[in-house]
Amino acid sequence: MTTPPTGTVSASPSTSRLNRAAGGTANYLDERTSIGAFTKFMARKIFPDHWSFMLGEIALYSFVVLLLSGVILTAFFVPSMDIVHYEGGLEQLKGQEMSKAFESTVHMSFEVPGGLLMRQIHHWAALIFTASIVTHMARIFFTGAFRKPRELNWLVGFTLMIMSLAAGFTGYSLPDDVLSGNGLRIIDGVIKSIPLIGEYISYGLFGGEFPGEVLIPRMFTAHILLIPGIILALVALHLFLVFLHKHTQYPGPGRTDKNVVGLPLFPVYTAKAGGFFFVVFGVIALLGAVFQINPVWNYGPYDPSPVSAGTQPDWYMLFIDGGLRIMPGLFEVVIGGYTLSLNVLIPAVVLPGLFFGFLALYPWIEAWATGDRGEKHVLDRPRNAPVRTGLGVALITFYVVLVLEGSNDIVANLFRLSINDLTIMFRFAVFLLPIAAFWITKRIAMGLQRKDHELVLHGAETGRIVRFESGEYIEVHEPLTDEERWVLVSYENLKPHEFGVETNDFGVRRKGARWRRFKTAWSRFYFEDRVEPVTPAELAEAHEHHAAEVEAKKNAEPRDHGASHA
Amino acid sequence: MSTDNGSIASETHGSGVADGEFVDPGVPAAHRPRRADVDPKAARKAEVQVAAMFGVSILGTVLAIYGYVTSDASGDDLAAVQRTTMLMGIGICLAMLGVGVGAIHWAKTLMRDHDMVEERHALRSSDEARAGAIEKLKDGATDSGVGVGRRGLLKGSVLAALLIAPLSVLVPAVGNLGGDWNVSNFKHTMWRKGTRLTKDPDGTPIKASDVTIGSVFHVIPEGLNELEHGKIEEKAKAVVLLVRLDPRDLNIQPGREDWSFDGIIAYSKICTHVGCPVALYEQQTHHLLCPCHQSTFDVANGAKVIFGPAKRPLPQLPIMVDDEGYIVAKDDFNEPIGPSFWERLK
Amino acid sequence: MRRLSLTRYHRAAPLVLLFVLLAGITTAASFVQAQPANAEAAATVTDISEGSKLFAANCATCHGLSAQGQDGVAPSLVGVGAAAVDFQVGTGRMPMQASGPQAPSKPVQFNDEQTQQLAAYVASLGAGPSVPDAAAVDPAKGDASHGMELFRTNCAMCHGSVGGGGALSQGKYAPSLMETTPTHIYEAMLVGPQSMPVFNNANITPEDKRDIISFLDEQRNGAAGGLSLGTIGPVAEGLWAWLLGMGLIVGFTVWIGVRSS
Repeated sequence: MTTPPTGTVSASPSTSRLNRAAGGTANYLDERTSIGAFTKFMARKIFPDHWSFMLGEIALYSFVVLLLSGVILTAFFVPSMDIVHYEGGLEQLKGQEMSKAFESTVHMSFEVPGGLLMRQIHHWAALIFTASIVTHMARIFFTGAFRKPRELNWLVGFTLMIMSLAAGFTGYSLPDDVLSGNGLRIIDGVIKSIPLIGEYISYGLFGGEFPGEVLIPRMFTAHILLIPGIILALVALHLFLVFLHKHTQYPGPGRTDKNVVGLPLFPVYTAKAGGFFFVVFGVIALLGAVFQINPVWNYGPYDPSPVSAGTQPDWYMLFIDGGLRIMPGLFEVVIGGYTLSLNVLIPAVVLPGLFFGFLALYPWIEAWATGDRGEKHVLDRPRNAPVRTGLGVALITFYVVLVLEGSNDIVANLFRLSINDLTIMFRFAVFLLPIAAFWITKRIAMGLQRKDHELVLHGAETGRIVRFESGEYIEVHEPLTDEERWVLVSYENLKPHEFGVETNDFGVRRKGARWRRFKTAWSRFYFEDRVEPVTPAELAEAHEHHAAEVEAKKNAEPRDHGASHA
Repeated sequence: MSTDNGSIASETHGSGVADGEFVDPGVPAAHRPRRADVDPKAARKAEVQVAAMFGVSILGTVLAIYGYVTSDASGDDLAAVQRTTMLMGIGICLAMLGVGVGAIHWAKTLMRDHDMVEERHALRSSDEARAGAIEKLKDGATDSGVGVGRRGLLKGSVLAALLIAPLSVLVPAVGNLGGDWNVSNFKHTMWRKGTRLTKDPDGTPIKASDVTIGSVFHVIPEGLNELEHGKIEEKAKAVVLLVRLDPRDLNIQPGREDWSFDGIIAYSKICTHVGCPVALYEQQTHHLLCPCHQSTFDVANGAKVIFGPAKRPLPQLPIMVDDEGYIVAKDDFNEPIGPSFWERLK
Repeated sequence: MRRLSLTRYHRAAPLVLLFVLLAGITTAASFVQAQPANAEAAATVTDISEGSKLFAANCATCHGLSAQGQDGVAPSLVGVGAAAVDFQVGTGRMPMQASGPQAPSKPVQFNDEQTQQLAAYVASLGAGPSVPDAAAVDPAKGDASHGMELFRTNCAMCHGSVGGGGALSQGKYAPSLMETTPTHIYEAMLVGPQSMPVFNNANITPEDKRDIISFLDEQRNGAAGGLSLGTIGPVAEGLWAWLLGMGLIVGFTVWIGVRSS
């Protein structure tokens, strides 16, 4: 029990020494941590192989890049709003009054070799982080990976998404420049509009009137300690749940709700996923090397008076900015001497609340339509869930319209349009386009389902034309292999669910009848329009029909010119 | 590690049917080998490619360090900063991509690539485990001296204490965030009767004769630059725009006949929407455009909102000319400037 | 050799020398004045008459034969000064080809001489700002830092933080300043063309104007961080993060997932 296991005896003595060292280390650890059992459990864990499963990893790896570059930045950034005069080398800032936060940012950009690179890597990584979270969330949504047992993990991921917005916002506000400072002013205006307590929240956050002297240090603490701490804890929980539930897989031959088909963690995913970290890092470094981002020395130190054309927040906040721009100003009311600014509250508080609330609760919202079902580990192809896919595209359309409105002065300047006309157009589009997008997407999905249906029944077109003696041409269709066909017929064909009778045996209305009626109607909304998968009976009938048709054509008499076609 | 999932492996088409339903044909047994699986030369080639990728990575590291060592840190040469950024950045990019692409290429060409199968176990704990858990919890409840459904006083009081205890820390912590909590500061600015209007940011006073038709002056109150404390906070409320219109174009609002003169008129620069500086003055249309959310104010008509998400007109600063010809304020604004808040009118 | 000796000691030499001396002293005196001289370009009578011909042929249709303007069509040019003409004609904005929210800059229709003649003619109609001399617009003489402070208070809201341009309402725009000459920048500030307000010399003094020119000149040295993405700001950065950043990375994921040959 105490002798370390000896390695295999081989020709070269160094190998056996290495083996003995490795064995010794493993034994030392195992006697203290049970790492042997864990290794047995973990090392050859199977993960399915599809590129869309790596989108979450982009978020994870860009977060690691953020942590690494962020630590380097903290060595140079001074989170203080004390006023200093610029004494560095940059001509255009010479002698100007600025906060230490701004000055340290410019100093590290111009007088620390590689400092600007680190800042740019950090900021590009933040943009990639938030973009990959949204992409990953979209993949989860459209493939139905949030269904039981993963609803809780969906909530964890949703919270991570919110945290990433907070991290980004506090981060780009730290340099205390005119652009982010005006963003903070806008947020202060939004906070002040909150009824009853808004002024006090504003005064409390800024430690007095805007901008105060404590905001940058407070945001710094949030940005480097509180928010990353919460993110790390949630990421650990998120990954733990993925390992516990095992990864989902796309439908295919041999893939069921009771297995996972794929490749082992060690060595394949150690190499692929580990290598992918370096790829993400490398691409972010490329962006940071070549493309300038957030040139705060051009915006200038924050002062409440200047503002520049093209005042936008980072992309992930644009939808809120777009909401603020798109809202007409009429909706501010005074009730009993108190001012209720609905023109600010609706786009900045109510709208994101509803949008994010819907997203967060979506697993349950969809579960209302499907009724209680078992564990789902095989993903949906998006076409096989037309209403869900349509809803997702509608939400994305809504989001994109707001993002475009948030960029309206850029769009107007680039394309020589009128910002006023753009805004009016988007006011209509924000309602009409999502509805149109839902309807079009649903119909496209069902069209694709019908195409699959045809593929199963008639096989794939080969492009080979055969001419019979009778003069008739047909195109040869290749029947699908069993594997191909299985993917197209094995999808879950959910039907509208009846959620129970309204009255009991004595004719008395049961409690909760209205809720069940709603769920029944909701289920109809989801599953009424559907394309049934092909059954073997239909396939056999199609084959007979084909065979008969081909026979008939083969044996047909050669046709005369001008003879009518039967 | 393969499991038998009960499917009928089929070699011919059309036989994957049982009981009138299609059956799962199972994980394909046939495996298409890669070139490196069958041809040792191809495997060797892949190995060399992977090693070359790792070699590129090493070169990248060298490039990054070279860029660092040869950088110019005086800060006044934009081109030098650009060069350092580019060299170090491309170096880091190659260093990372080399490792990543090498590892992935290794996995794709040389590592195992045919599928394995692992069983899932239901997440739901077995009935025995559940029963055991309930037993243990019941035992624990008995041991706690409380039992199930007894001793409500104990349960109620521990809950109350636990919920309320955090307040002992939270109340002072949150209470200290706001300093003096004097939110009435929002309602006043530093403009007073007789305060001269001066140019932003220098602070030189403005004579009425300086303000010609079509010009716009960005204004701060005299004395702002000399403030020792709270300078930015006061500036954030006190900035003003001073413009001159042809008097024939100006519709003076009732009750404000003496707040402007000869077409010279002053408005708060802080937008009544959410607080950005409204700074874009379009001389020919007399419109003030805010760049943040495109609220547009008509200077010729009391700075009323004519487009965009703002609701209220910009507050007007009443001004007059003193004996030396300088423009001075007659009073503070008659309402709080900037965005609305709940008690704005109280 | 003979020609040189013949002209060396011309009888009129002392008179010519005296004239040159007087002219030199006068010119020097005009430079000694407190303000940097907006030197009057010596407008000769020929310039004005040639200018009036050009004006009648190219400008009078809209601005009227005596430049009095037409309501709703074109403003009066009496008193706009040589600077306004030099700016509008020198950037190609005038003659305006088609009506629209504003006159865009386009290929210049007149050469320098003709522009000067038009300017001389309009200046003769009524006193107005004149074309600045080289010293007044020399970036090397300005303080870029002070220029930046002035620019971000007075100009950046329309023209962008480094003069990249920006949108105004109803389809109007503040153009990019990246290619504009120092003289035209000075003149635009002084004159306030179209939607741009007038920044007279009491508001932004001639030294201030030169400082702003110096700051804008600094911006033409390129971006310290690499490619500037149009100086548009976070919108461009977000677009590139999605298109290029996510595009490349997702491209890699597809490569990772695809079976090797």
